[in-house]
Amino acid sequence: MSSLEIKNLHVSTGDKEIVKGVTLAINTGEIHAVMGPNGAGKSTMAKAIAGHPDYTITQGDVLLDGKSILEMESDERARAGIFLAFQYPSEIPGVSIANFLRAAIQARMSEGEEIDASGFYKRLYQKMDLLKIERTFTSRAVNEGFSGGEKKRTEILQMAMLEPRFALMDETDSGLDIDALRVVADGVNSLRGPSLGILLITHYQRLLGYIVPDFVHVMIDGCIVKSGDKTLALELESRGYDWVKKEFANA
Amino acid sequence: MSEITDTEQLETTAENPVIGIDQLAGDFKYDMTYDFDAGTGLSERTVDYISAVKKEAPWIREFRQNALKTFLSKPLPTHWASKDLETIDFSKIRYYLSQGLKPKRTWDEVPADIKRTFERLGIPEQERKYLAGVEAQFDSEAAYSNIKEAVSKQGVIFVNSTEGLRAHPEIFRRFFGKVIPTGDNKFSALNSAVFSGGSFIYVPPGVKVSHPLQAYFRINAENFGQFERTLIICDEGSELTYMEGCTAPKFSTATLHSAVVELVALKGAKIQYITVQNWSSNVFNLVTKRGLAHEEAQIKWIDCNIGSRLTMKYPGVVLKGRKARGEVISIALANDGQHQDTGAKMIHAADETTSTVVSKSISVGQGRATYRGIVHIPRQLKGCKNNTECDALLINTNSRTDTYPAITVRGDRHAVQHEASVSRVSAEQIFYMQQRGLTEGQAMSLSVNGFVNELARQFPMEYSVELKRLIDLEMEGSVG
Repeated sequence: MSSLEIKNLHVSTGDKEIVKGVTLAINTGEIHAVMGPNGAGKSTMAKAIAGHPDYTITQGDVLLDGKSILEMESDERARAGIFLAFQYPSEIPGVSIANFLRAAIQARMSEGEEIDASGFYKRLYQKMDLLKIERTFTSRAVNEGFSGGEKKRTEILQMAMLEPRFALMDETDSGLDIDALRVVADGVNSLRGPSLGILLITHYQRLLGYIVPDFVHVMIDGCIVKSGDKTLALELESRGYDWVKKEFANA
Repeated sequence: MSEITDTEQLETTAENPVIGIDQLAGDFKYDMTYDFDAGTGLSERTVDYISAVKKEAPWIREFRQNALKTFLSKPLPTHWASKDLETIDFSKIRYYLSQGLKPKRTWDEVPADIKRTFERLGIPEQERKYLAGVEAQFDSEAAYSNIKEAVSKQGVIFVNSTEGLRAHPEIFRRFFGKVIPTGDNKFSALNSAVFSGGSFIYVPPGVKVSHPLQAYFRINAENFGQFERTLIICDEGSELTYMEGCTAPKFSTATLHSAVVELVALKGAKIQYITVQNWSSNVFNLVTKRGLAHEEAQIKWIDCNIGSRLTMKYPGVVLKGRKARGEVISIALANDGQHQDTGAKMIHAADETTSTVVSKSISVGQGRATYRGIVHIPRQLKGCKNNTECDALLINTNSRTDTYPAITVRGDRHAVQHEASVSRVSAEQIFYMQQRGLTEGQAMSLSVNGFVNELARQFPMEYSVELKRLIDLEMEGSVG
C-alpha cells in the first residue's frame, strides 16, 4: 500500500495565497472527493502537488510514501506515480496519442531499455476496449480538435496506460453531457482497485452518483472545512455550501 | 599548390586521431594528406589547377575562367539576406583538395580513414539496406561511387561530375548550366568556376528507378570550400528519387559549401530530390538549386536544413511545359547563432501548371528562420495554381522568424493561395507533457517533432527517423 500525505499545504500564485493549510491523507485503494464552490482552491492544490511552475508552495509538505516530493521536478513526480487528469488538457499538434503514450512510457524505462512495440499496442488496445474508445482514435493528435468528452476520455486512457499510484482528477466532469459523464465514470470505476488512490475534484455531486467516493471533503476559501463519507456529498447537494461555511465559522 | 602527378595512388599518413567528438554525428575528422591541393585563395591559377587535375576539355576550362570573371564582378547579395556574408574571406579558402580522382567501386578499396568516416555516418549500411546507388564525396572528389548492376543495366548513368564530363560529354554539355546560368548569382558563378564532384545522373526514357540514389557530401578539411555540381536529367516518362546528406566537423574557422544543382525533367518525368543537411555551425551553406519541368513533368524538392551558420537556399522549379507540377517541402531548424534563410521559387511558364510550397521552420534560442519565396505567374498564361503555406514555430522569447513571400500574378485565370502562421510552444503544453513523465527537453523535442510530423511523413522512412534524431539532438540543452 502507498500513501500520499498532504500536510498543512499553503500555495500561492503571484502574491496571492490560494490554498491556506490543507491536510489530507490518501491511501491506495481509496477515493477521496474534494468538493467546494468555484475559487475555493481545489484545482490549485492539485496543480501544486503535480509541480505546476505557476504555483509556489510556501508552507507545508507533500509526502509520497513518507518522502517529500517538493524538491522533485514535475516530470519526476509523474514518474514516481502521480498523475494529474487535467481540467483543460493541452493540445499537442502533430503528436498522435499512441506516440505520446509511447514517449511517456519510454521515459519511465531505464537507459538503454526499449519499449516493446507489439506489447505496447496490445495493452493500448485492451485499455481502449475497456474505455469504449475506437481504435482509430490513437492516430489522432493529442487533444487537437477534440470535443470535451474526447479530451476527458483521453485523460482516462493515459491514466490507464501509465498506471499511476495516485490520480488527481481535476473537474473531470466539467463540460461533459450525461452520456460522456457515464463513459468517463465507467472508465474510472474500471481502474479503481487496491493499487490506485484517487483525489476526485468536483463541484457537483452529479459525478459522485457514478463514482462513489470513500471520503468526501469540503474545501472553502483554501481550507478543508468538513470531512465525511459519501452522505456528506448528498447533503451538500440538497443544502448547498452555506451551512458548512457557517458551521465552520462558528466552530 | 601541390604538384600534379599522374599517380592516383593513395597514401594516408593519418594517425587517425578523432578530434572533437560531441553528440553531433558529423562532428569528427581524421587528419589527411591530400595528393591534390589547389592551395589557399582564388585566382585564374586556381581554376587552371583544378581543370588540369581533372584533365578537362578546353571548353570547360574556358567555362570556368569566364565564371571566375563573373564571380569577381558580382557583388555579394548582402543587401537582402544578411551582412554575415561579408565575413567570408575568399582569399583564405582552399578550393580543391583530393586524394585522387577515381572513386572506388567497393568500400574495401576506399582508403581506411575515409571509409571509417562514412561508416560512422552509416552510409555503407544504408546502401545495403535500401539504396540503388551511392556516391560518397570526401572534400572535393567522390571516394566511392557505385550503382547496383540491375539499375545500370537499365541504362541509368550515375557518376560524379568529372566522370560525367569525361564519359558523357554529349548529354552533359547539352544540359549543363542551362537551368542555372553562371551569372544567376555570385555563388552560382563561384561554383561554376571551381566546381568539383557532385552527381551526374541520366535516366533513360520510361525507366523508373525503384530505389533512391544517394549522394553524401562530407567536408573534412578546415578552411575548405566544397563546390559540388549536380546535374540530373530524367528523360521522358522516367522516375527518380535522389537523396543527399551532408555533414562537416566543427572548426573554429568558417567553411564554405556552395553547390549548384540542376534538374531537368523531360515530358512526363518525375524527380524527387531529398536533402537532409546537418552542417556544423561554422558552415556557410550557399546553394543554388533549380529544376526545369517540361510538359506533365513533376519535380519535388524535399529540403531539410539543420545546422550551418548561414544557409541561403531557395529550391526552385521552372514550370516550362503544360501541366507541369512543382513542389517544395522544406523544414528548417535555426538554433542559437544560426540563420536559415530558405524558401522556394516557382516560376510558371506554361498553362495549367501547378506549384505547391510548404515550409515549416523552428527557431530556437536566438536562432533566426526566414522564409523567402517567389511565385511568378505571367499574364499570358491560364489555369495556373499555386498554394503556399509557411508555418513558423518559436521556442524561446528571443527567437526570430521572418516571412518574405513575393507573389506576382498577372491575368485573371489563376488560383493562388498563401497561408502563414506563427506559433509558440506554450508553457502549459510543456507542463502537460512533463506531467506525463517526459523531461522538459523530451517534451520540447516531441512538440517540435509534432510540428514537422505532417511533412516528415512524406520522407522515406529512414530519413524521417534521421530527421527525428537530429531534432532531438538539436533540442537537447535548448531549454531551461
